[in-house]
Amino acid sequence: MTKKQKKTLYRIIAAAVLLVAAAVVCELAALPWWAQLVLHLAPYLVIGYDVLRKAVLGIVHGEVFDENFLMAIATVGAMAVGEYREGVAVMLFYQVGELFQSYAVGKSRRSIAALMDIRPDSANLENPDGSLRTVSPEEVPVGAAIVVRPGERVPLDGVVLEGSSSLNTSALTGESVPRTVRPGDEVISGCVNADGLLRIQVRKPYGESTVAKILDLVENSSLKKARAENFITKFARYYTPAVCFAALALAVVPPLFAGQWSVWFTRALTFLVISCPCALVISIPLTFFGGIGGASRQGILIKGGNYLEALAHTQTAVFDKTGTLTRGVFAVERVAPANGHTADEVVALAALVESYSSHPISKSLRAACRQLPDPARAADVQEVAGQGVRALADGRPAGVGNARLMQAMGVDFVPDDGVGTVVYVACGGQFWGSILIADQLKPTAAGAIAGLKAQGVRTVMLTGDSAAVADKVAADLGIDEVHAGLLPADKVSRVEQLLAAKPAKTSLAFVGDGINDAPVLMRADVGIAMGALGSDAAIEAADVVLMDDDPAKLSAAMRLARKCMRIVYENIIFALGIKAAFLVLGAVGIATMWWAVFADVGVMVLAVLNAMRMLAVEKTK
Amino acid sequence: MQKKFNIEVDCANCAAKIENAISNMDGVNSCTVSFMTQKMVLDADDARFDQVLKAAVKTAKKVEPDFDIEL
Repeated sequence: MTKKQKKTLYRIIAAAVLLVAAAVVCELAALPWWAQLVLHLAPYLVIGYDVLRKAVLGIVHGEVFDENFLMAIATVGAMAVGEYREGVAVMLFYQVGELFQSYAVGKSRRSIAALMDIRPDSANLENPDGSLRTVSPEEVPVGAAIVVRPGERVPLDGVVLEGSSSLNTSALTGESVPRTVRPGDEVISGCVNADGLLRIQVRKPYGESTVAKILDLVENSSLKKARAENFITKFARYYTPAVCFAALALAVVPPLFAGQWSVWFTRALTFLVISCPCALVISIPLTFFGGIGGASRQGILIKGGNYLEALAHTQTAVFDKTGTLTRGVFAVERVAPANGHTADEVVALAALVESYSSHPISKSLRAACRQLPDPARAADVQEVAGQGVRALADGRPAGVGNARLMQAMGVDFVPDDGVGTVVYVACGGQFWGSILIADQLKPTAAGAIAGLKAQGVRTVMLTGDSAAVADKVAADLGIDEVHAGLLPADKVSRVEQLLAAKPAKTSLAFVGDGINDAPVLMRADVGIAMGALGSDAAIEAADVVLMDDDPAKLSAAMRLARKCMRIVYENIIFALGIKAAFLVLGAVGIATMWWAVFADVGVMVLAVLNAMRMLAVEKTK
Repeated sequence: MQKKFNIEVDCANCAAKIENAISNMDGVNSCTVSFMTQKMVLDADDARFDQVLKAAVKTAKKVEPDFDIEL
């Protein structure tokens, strides 16, 4: 508890003791009314002096209608009609409620801060003479060398100079699979060094490092408010004055016709106590904050409550194919050798001929080789645009490329109609075989799509690839709608068409890897960037950032968003419902001042507890 | 110029009231007060930022006597 909260607690205890003492004395001895009032004023002032002060200051500053005003007028009124005990009790319970609320909020704020505790405290900067000096990460210049010991957090983004180790990225991605780094590999700040000593050259100042960006994003997320949040603030602005006038009317209008001034006055006071809007005002932002905090724990960064809301209403999910549903890495899928050659021979020859190329296809060929051929065996290498590569392999003319190359070389080949890129290999005028190269689906992609469909979301895939490739991927994953052969600009117009066609009041989410699709990310209702660890452009452009490249995180994010919105609406309906019921009961005289206090504090406590459910982190499957 | 401050506010409604009051002040481009993170972001004219900040703090204390700021 903070100092302020402790002080309130002591005041509550003191006031409670004084109130009991006053009540006992009044029961035992028949005191005149002024003596009773004085006895009750002691606990009343102990517990209520700050509320009274704020109410007066509010009136002086022209900020009349707030909860301090409500409580002050209700309790002063109760004292005035001789209900001393009730007057003190209402103030006492109000303070208990306030204390609980401030404690609950403080606790959730701290637990979220702990979840997001990725801020590095210090860096071990290497001096020119090789000794180490502990400095704050902000002080480390770009290009300097730092040392990260096992168990320490990597303080700044950089490149490994010496040492190898496995890094635990779970604080950033929610995944516990460690990442192995060796000299030359990039490391990202915020990861924890698990076992080896690393010497790192710093590449970015602290302010631009991954950790600083993430922390900034999470802190600022509560500044972008959701519609439901704004609704509550606006609501409170009109609600409190309305309730005050209603109470005034209740105190004045009925007695004009029926008399019984003091009865109606008490009812009006009860009405005021019930009407206090704190339950709503506190629980809604708490829910959103908890949702954003819980999500970031799972490696899902949501840039504001408004996006949480949009995510919950998502009915259409549009995916980019390459890098999002597929790995974006080509790999040899199958080899069809011909004329008595083995698969290994075919791949090795293809890799040899393509030795000097940096094309992704050549890389995949080299990756598929058991033993890399010596590039010196290839001579006279020439690329034939739109066909492939020709070279002298071990002195014999060889060609690796598409069907047109085979025709140009006059080789009799067996066409392969597999989906993907087919590479034909020929040597010495003879056809050796064909190799099918294709992009690989991410292992979790099918599960992710199935998860979305189970939530009733329509899935669409956009790709620049050919229709054949796109259709195969879509069929494998069970995607509803496919648009193939799109240029980057076409993707924007496609998404605009989908936006126009989506059902009203639902949102459209676009999921991309942040490369080349920033305009689409911005155009969609919710732009979701994936695998964004270390990619600044994606973090900038997107509304929701998935730190690792697992598409299954998307359905987790949507589930979380829906849970959050459900809690928000539960609280709105619950709080308003109970308030409305008690307002009616109070107005007709069934609910007493005691009921009113319990209704007010009780609703608030329940609403806050409900909101705190958002802090329970869902286990990532 | 935009600057972020650590603040202390007691309730979400108070934060909203302070935000409203400061946003409407002369020289303030925008202002957000977050109850949850206990942070205030003030965006004001470069030339008289300090002056605007002083006035903003005064306004905030007027709206909410418990308001506190770390400068």
